[in-house]
Amino acid sequence: MKILVSVKRVVDFNVRIQIKSDGSGVATDGVKMSTNPFDEIAVEEAIRLKEAGKAQEIIVATVGSQTAQEQLRSSLAMGADRAILVQTDDEIQPLTAARVFEALVKREKPDLVLMGKQAIDDDCAQTPQMLAGLLEWPQATFASKIEITDQQAVVTREVDAGLETLSVDLPAVISTDLRLNEPRFTKLPDIMKAKRKPIENLSLDDLNVDIALGLKVLSTSPPPIRKAGVKVESAEALVSVLKEKGVL
Amino acid sequence: MSKILIIAEHNGMALNISTARCVACAKQIGAETIDIAVFAENGDVIASSAAKLEAVNRVLVIDNAANQHLIASSLEPQIAAISSDYSHILAPGTTFGRDFMPRVAAKLGVPQVTDIMGVEGDRVFTRPNYAGNAIVKVEAPEGIVVGTVRTASFKAVPETGSATIEKMDVDVNIPSHTRFVGQTTGGSGERPDLQSADKVVSGGRGVGSKENFQLIYDFADKIGAGVGASRAAVDAGFVANDMQVGQTGKIIAPDLYFAFGISGAIQHLAGIKDAGVIVAVNTDPDAPIFEVADFALVGDLHEVVGQLATAIDAP
Ligand SMILES: Cc1cc2nc3c(=O)[nH]c(=O)nc-3n(C[C@H](O)[C@H](O)[C@H](O)COP(=O)(O)OP(=O)(O)OC[C@H]3O[C@@H](n4cnc5c(N)ncnc54)[C@H](O)[C@@H]3O)c2cc1C
Ligand SMILES: Nc1ncnc2c1ncn2[C@@H]1O[C@H](COP(=O)(O)O)[C@@H](O)[C@H]1O
Repeated sequence: MKILVSVKRVVDFNVRIQIKSDGSGVATDGVKMSTNPFDEIAVEEAIRLKEAGKAQEIIVATVGSQTAQEQLRSSLAMGADRAILVQTDDEIQPLTAARVFEALVKREKPDLVLMGKQAIDDDCAQTPQMLAGLLEWPQATFASKIEITDQQAVVTREVDAGLETLSVDLPAVISTDLRLNEPRFTKLPDIMKAKRKPIENLSLDDLNVDIALGLKVLSTSPPPIRKAGVKVESAEALVSVLKEKGVL
Repeated sequence: MSKILIIAEHNGMALNISTARCVACAKQIGAETIDIAVFAENGDVIASSAAKLEAVNRVLVIDNAANQHLIASSLEPQIAAISSDYSHILAPGTTFGRDFMPRVAAKLGVPQVTDIMGVEGDRVFTRPNYAGNAIVKVEAPEGIVVGTVRTASFKAVPETGSATIEKMDVDVNIPSHTRFVGQTTGGSGERPDLQSADKVVSGGRGVGSKENFQLIYDFADKIGAGVGASRAAVDAGFVANDMQVGQTGKIIAPDLYFAFGISGAIQHLAGIKDAGVIVAVNTDPDAPIFEVADFALVGDLHEVVGQLATAIDAP
């Protein structure tokens, strides 16, 4: 089995982001960038499938600027076999990303595409479902457990009501939730070894993908701030203020 | 004027309140018609609830054995088939709507607006990104507008309507590549539903163990609250995943929220920004949760919970 995994370069989840004062977006200059946490989980899952003898080859791919090579290198260090950078300096929204991955799927013919359930920068949670729709493939989103049997995947999904289990025929698109696994730390020798693994550079033109008509961002602003309230000294004092407010 | 189609969320038996919140969003968009589509095996009961929602014109019932369990790849062709009469299609931004809606958008060749939190025009919306730390105003391009509604941002419309109910046949090929195997529901039992409860009591890693979480349940039951948790509490196995509140859990807007032993990571705060009153109890006076809490009590939750219960009972 061949697995294609998407990884997106995003602002690290620990960073407290700053909105540019002219409202034109979020400041990213000099900010720590990382692999989207959900994508790291997707890479880890692919490697575990390979270690379990269920997969033979893992390809990681990203759509973004030259700097996104760093994230591909990290995935290669974790254990992916090769990488594809679809290079563009344009802002890529989910529909375009899905079309790029559709083109990559046609080229690489993977049996499984693993993607993070949501990019923590745009918080869209769209690309995997869009890709599955474009390919007319089955999808299983928000996976917390994946079992591969011959030509099928049995996937446990985290849904509002609890856990749902679906069985899908392969090939399929699966999006990963946080509890699927804990990604491994990479060791120095792996990082060195990853330097020799191939990264292929492609353009949107190479794949015949046009940038889809997207949402136009008119402005970016900080959320309304909740002000810190008051310290109360005791449980009794707390109950009495809550009763006063009429919420208890 | 806009013609809006809303995809009803339900569990086969009852309509989910998220649907009424989508109607509230549709009303703000300003609609000539608001229709609700009920995809079910037998949608009669659900449709009659949907027909009572204020401002709804028609409820379309698409009964089909394939709709016994709502699967994204089955819903997508059915929704796409009935979409052409509409200017907008909305679904709740719950795990239900998030699953199939992008697939519908891709099929229709349009982008999706995820988590609409405000309406600024018939195709201009605000939505959160970066875990709610940035709010973007976006304009959807020409063509049908496909969006999911951040349910915590809209109050459910009242049940004062009387829409007509129409059965509808949607003749499309439903793929057989995806099968429903089963569902298990999590731990909070008969307590108020997290996403609609007026009061929510949450526990974090500071609760310490699954056994200690009983304290949180007991206190919640005392005040009639739903029970939530931080990711750390879920990951540690104290409670089930469906109780997680936050960026990747549930986004909630209760009138009163208690955070016991929760540090207040941005991903957790993303889920409670719309709460009325936030109360935090934490041993660490510098815990970030205190930066957003309306009432802060520095103390050991294991003692404070009991003291709160006693104080509530006191005359
Ligand atoms: C991509 C991503 C998505 C995420 N999504 C979510 C999400 O949806 N929801 C979520 O909650 N988290 C989410 N997280 C995790 C988040 O970053 C934090 O790790 C998590 O919220 C921490 O949970 P906590 O506050 O319970 O634990 P901790 O941060 O460990 O805090 C425990 C707190 O308990 C206090 N405490 C300890 N003992 C006591 C006591 N006896 N009495 C009172 N207080 C005590 C401590 O002082 C501390 O403040 C996400 C992370 C990532 C990377
Ligand atoms: N530009 C991109 N490059 C690589 N993967 C992407 C890109 N955009 C989205 N994805 C993948 O799609 C998932 C969901 O992204 P989103 O729909 O933007 O929330 C991410 O976790 C990635 O795995």
